[in-house]
Amino acid sequence: MEAKMKGAEAIIKTLCKQGTNVTFGFPGGAVIPLFDKYLDYSDKINNILVRHEQCAAHAAEGYARASGKVGVCIATSGPGATNLVTGIMDAYMDSVPLIAFGGQVPTGLIGNDAFQETDMMGITLPITKHNFQIRDPNEIESIITKAYKLALEGRPGPIYIDLPKDIQVKEITKNKNEVKIRGFSPTVEPNTAQISRAADMMMKAEMPLILAGGGVIASNASKELKQLAEFTGIPVVTTMMGKSCFDENHPLSLGTVGMHGRKIANYATLQTDLMIAIGCRFSDRITGNLESYLEFAKLIHIDIDPAEIGKNVKADLPVVGDARRTLSSLVVALRNKKWKEKKEWKENMTVLGKKCDKCIELKAGKKIFPKEIVTEVNKLLKKGDIITTGVGQHQMFAMHYLRMGSPRTFISSGGAGTMGFGLPAAIGAKVAKPNNNVFCFDGDGSFQMTIQELETIRSHNLKIVPIIFNNSFLGMVRQWLELFHDKRYSQVHLGNEIDFVKIAKAYHLDGITVERQSELPDAVKQSINADKTMVVDVKIEEESNVLPMLPPGGHLKEAFGVCMKSPGKFV
Amino acid sequence: MSEKKHIISMLVEDEPGVMTRISGMFARRGFNIDTITVGKTNKPGISKIVVTLIGDDSTLEQVEKQINKLVDVTKVSEMGSGIIRELCLIKIKTPNKKVKDELFDYAKVYKAKFVDVDHRSMTLEIIGVPEKIESFIEMVKAHGIIDISRTGVTAMSRGIINN
Ligand SMILES: Cc1ncc(C[n+]2csc(CCOP(=O)(O)OP(=O)(O)O)c2C)c(N)n1
Repeated sequence: MEAKMKGAEAIIKTLCKQGTNVTFGFPGGAVIPLFDKYLDYSDKINNILVRHEQCAAHAAEGYARASGKVGVCIATSGPGATNLVTGIMDAYMDSVPLIAFGGQVPTGLIGNDAFQETDMMGITLPITKHNFQIRDPNEIESIITKAYKLALEGRPGPIYIDLPKDIQVKEITKNKNEVKIRGFSPTVEPNTAQISRAADMMMKAEMPLILAGGGVIASNASKELKQLAEFTGIPVVTTMMGKSCFDENHPLSLGTVGMHGRKIANYATLQTDLMIAIGCRFSDRITGNLESYLEFAKLIHIDIDPAEIGKNVKADLPVVGDARRTLSSLVVALRNKKWKEKKEWKENMTVLGKKCDKCIELKAGKKIFPKEIVTEVNKLLKKGDIITTGVGQHQMFAMHYLRMGSPRTFISSGGAGTMGFGLPAAIGAKVAKPNNNVFCFDGDGSFQMTIQELETIRSHNLKIVPIIFNNSFLGMVRQWLELFHDKRYSQVHLGNEIDFVKIAKAYHLDGITVERQSELPDAVKQSINADKTMVVDVKIEEESNVLPMLPPGGHLKEAFGVCMKSPGKFV
Repeated sequence: MSEKKHIISMLVEDEPGVMTRISGMFARRGFNIDTITVGKTNKPGISKIVVTLIGDDSTLEQVEKQINKLVDVTKVSEMGSGIIRELCLIKIKTPNKKVKDELFDYAKVYKAKFVDVDHRSMTLEIIGVPEKIESFIEMVKAHGIIDISRTGVTAMSRGIINN
């Protein structure tokens, strides 16, 4: 940075230097100098003005998840910055590379409880990979450059940067461009001895299974995973965060595991004698009861974050390393050891995998059943099309039935389960991938949490396809009440069938209501082909349940609506 | 698995908030810190923090891994067989000469130093492994302890390995 340049300009220049040409933000007193500079750099960087800071963070997440690049969001001090918190936490849970800037009172006022002063360093400490407060304009370039490195390298995650107002207007006098971070050196290359041991264990196993998590997407390891699966003939299941990392139309794909996973995926988990888990952290939604999880199987756990290995499930073989490099070394090792395919197991699983969808019973009803929407959209998906979701039943239906073909196309709030994520994430995804269709599957509850972003969509002429699974209920909670609380419906009815078409129109967008199955395909096509965003408001069966369902903390065998009582038998 | 006391030493960047990051991580993940000490080292910009905690081996492993993830931490090691020391100040009632004499005897055995005296109390300084300090406290308890101030454990590896 040249001397005499002011802090705000140094921030913009550093963002541009790091390859960021779009940010998501909302202004306020403490970031006026920063946003002022956007006027001078409009050919290099653009801010998407959201209508709520939470959505700045989610949109930046959507951008990051769709592109693999760092997403950047900006808010003012105090309430602006605290509004970012949900999005930062969401990015932390799902290991999304995000840089969140919050304005701060001038350095001289820090600690005085000045107007809109908040201890954002304290607040974001447990939900960031790291955070910084810039107290000297000369540190701007070095801190922001470090933030990019930290956000992206190793296990990705969010970084918060506190920006006191005065450092934005002070001049750079002696730029420090120290970018070394002493305490940060993730292990990328896996240990060769561990790879060889992993290969030996795989050779010995009779029913090996690959479990791929979000780490496979984060490290762009889809190609290597496909090589491994095809070379070995080992079937692949994924977590929800791993969804789309392996082509779900591939015969070896058994789909997603866990609480609302596919029967075959959970069944394979019960049957396997060796799980090869890559880039996943064994959340309770995946394992159910920990004691009985992988009771009779061995586990090879591959992760770039050593702290994940052994945290929830004990690993028989830990492998620390980047998923991409680990998977490709594993293929080489297996080839050298003259790998022999486990034919019977592979055939069993692929045959059952094909049959699987047929064993879900549909409730007959007058209204549309949510599964129908998902399978309908699935037919219309083109390569690279993206689906974002809210949180609830619709999300689980999407996870269960969509067959995503390429990585970074299924974008959903996993670890945090943040209602309201879908619409702003779709904005970010569309900004990252303007040439692909971006669908947002949302519940009527989730949609209303960030509904004001329809205005962001309109003002930036973004074209997305929002599809609302409108059941007038907070459906997922209603399902829990039905199944586990004697149907005592407390605080779950949304009532007053909201007219989302009218709301869309009020934002100068379009909308279409769908009440019958027969109207569904056309309505979705119409929205895909429209010039501006058209909300598809689908009135669905109000009390449909997402099945199968593993009761929280239950044994995988217990998944409701599944004939898995005796793990020896399937269907 | 059996619970036991572990001593972890770490080198950290001398930045504001480092203690909060470390103690916050312990609190959030439910690890129980017994003592924590911090001080500067011979390397500029680097401080040393020593933590003692109770837990089984898998807890220890998680703690080390989680600490390692903190960006401000540059090195973590478990001090199984290192030099371990704690300092304790202890103020004891001395109503009569008999008590005073007794304290002089104990102090000799424990190599404790008298650091403050008035006509009703004596303050001693004792340095050693925590077990030594505890046994001293046990010894003088009957006389009436007015106040105790302990630093918590600090530690260093032996010889020139590990540095
Ligand atoms: C911000 C937030 N608040 C509350 C919840 C708890 N919650 C999980 S699912 C759900 C219901 C979601 O309803 P809706 O968006 O209409 O979707 P549906 O389940 O009906 O498909 C609720 C309230 C949450 N996950 N996130």
